[in-house]
Amino acid sequence: MLRHNRCGEAGAGVIELENVAYSYGGGELLSDISVKLAPGSFHFLTGPSGAGKTTLLKLCYGALMPTAGYVRLFQTDVRSLERDDVALIRRRIGVVHQDVQFLDHLSVRDNVALPLTVSGRHAEAAGPDLTELLGWVGLTNRADAHPPELSGGERQRVALARAVIMSPDVVLADEPTGNIDWDMSQRLLTLLVELNRMGKTVLIATHDLGLIRAAKAQVQARVLRISNRRVQLAGADL
Amino acid sequence: MKFNFGTLRAFVAGDRHAARVVPPSGFTAQLTLFASGAMAFLAVFALALSLASGRLAQRWGDELAGTATIRIVAPQDQLAQQTAAALQVLETTTGVARARALSDAEQQALLAPWFGQDLPLDTLPVPRLIEVVAASQGYDATGLRLRLAAEVPGAVLDDHGRWRAPLVSAAQRLRLLGWVAAALILAAVAAMVTLAANAALAANAQVVAVLRLVGATDGYIAQAFVRRFTLRALAGSCVGVVLGLAAVWLLPSGGDVPGILTGIGFQGIGWLVPLTLPIISAAVALLATAFAASRALRTLS
Repeated sequence: MLRHNRCGEAGAGVIELENVAYSYGGGELLSDISVKLAPGSFHFLTGPSGAGKTTLLKLCYGALMPTAGYVRLFQTDVRSLERDDVALIRRRIGVVHQDVQFLDHLSVRDNVALPLTVSGRHAEAAGPDLTELLGWVGLTNRADAHPPELSGGERQRVALARAVIMSPDVVLADEPTGNIDWDMSQRLLTLLVELNRMGKTVLIATHDLGLIRAAKAQVQARVLRISNRRVQLAGADL
Repeated sequence: MKFNFGTLRAFVAGDRHAARVVPPSGFTAQLTLFASGAMAFLAVFALALSLASGRLAQRWGDELAGTATIRIVAPQDQLAQQTAAALQVLETTTGVARARALSDAEQQALLAPWFGQDLPLDTLPVPRLIEVVAASQGYDATGLRLRLAAEVPGAVLDDHGRWRAPLVSAAQRLRLLGWVAAALILAAVAAMVTLAANAALAANAQVVAVLRLVGATDGYIAQAFVRRFTLRALAGSCVGVVLGLAAVWLLPSGGDVPGILTGIGFQGIGWLVPLTLPIISAAVALLATAFAASRALRTLS
């Protein structure tokens, strides 16, 4: 059951989309999207393949600019930001990408520390927090391996560790369980739920309804569904 | 990308972490090293040619500007008399430091390249030559010509201006050509580095995407590429300059004989001029890569 077209909570959101449209190649991919992610909330974004989940996620971290409407990241309109300002805001948003991207010539440890490295926090990149983080995702023994040597599940966990190493306010995950088995999916979900309990806002784009059901058993999650270029809040049937 | 003082300071200070985020690319690295080395080698020769031409122009200009020749063309029986009269005129001419008639042996030596050593000078109507050396303030050539015309009818003053000017002009143009060649070589370095940097950025589009995903600014990304290409250009140029200087040093020297082919090289402080090439090459590479990176990062989404 689909309910209303304006999705989110009252009050200021960490990420807000207001009447957003996005067009590409003459066609409109997203239309009149209004979403507000409140601090500490947990959202799923679902919909069929090609519906625009990844596009919406990219709008949420400033990788794409809306063709209409407003995207506000931490109360700042992305249109008013310079490219470097978007980069600085992105440090507050951890992203686990659908096709997990790493620097293959660097070790797992260096890849996880990359957000610290690019922000000039070199000392922390070699500090105990990093070791602890690798332990949290269960990859302590793979710290010196290189990304091509990792399995799909290990890559997703490395991506999650990298996404959270800056202690971001928001974690966005695009099909994080797309290429991994059910057990590993549950393990990743547990990590994401744990992050949410630490106060992080979490938005997961997925078409895996089983994952959504499993999450709803652990956390109060809202489910947003993309259909016909619009986002609607999905009902309790999910 | 804003390439400001902060970026430059960070570049000079160095950031080994930033340098590591770009994967080592063997082929473009070797290509940049080789090309900048070869260009520096050629630039050393262009500078050597330019500086040698400059010296030659200076030498011809200085030596010939201060001298003149008076030719006494008269019947044999009047030759000595007119020569003495001309020397007397020269003695009383302001701005003439000294003047002397060339001896028969000296005139024979001058003609020897064309007529051989055994030329019977006394049987030929060869004019007597007087060498005139001007004082530092110079003399009035027009006034001297008028006095000679009045007092020594067979005397013709040749102040070398007619053939000195084109020679000095040619040497000066050759010097300019050398500098233009050096400038073109540096422009070629800039073009080559721009192309290589563009290729490297395009080949590393995935790396750029990852860096942006984790919050790297364009300045940070560009810095990694700029530093890499600048250091390669610097290293290549150092090798090229050393080899170029060695090659110039090994060129055969003509001693004191002022010649283009035997005079190519550096003298004194001139040896320091090529040492600026690696720094200039590195600066050119820095600007070229910064420009290329700035453009490429705008287009890489």
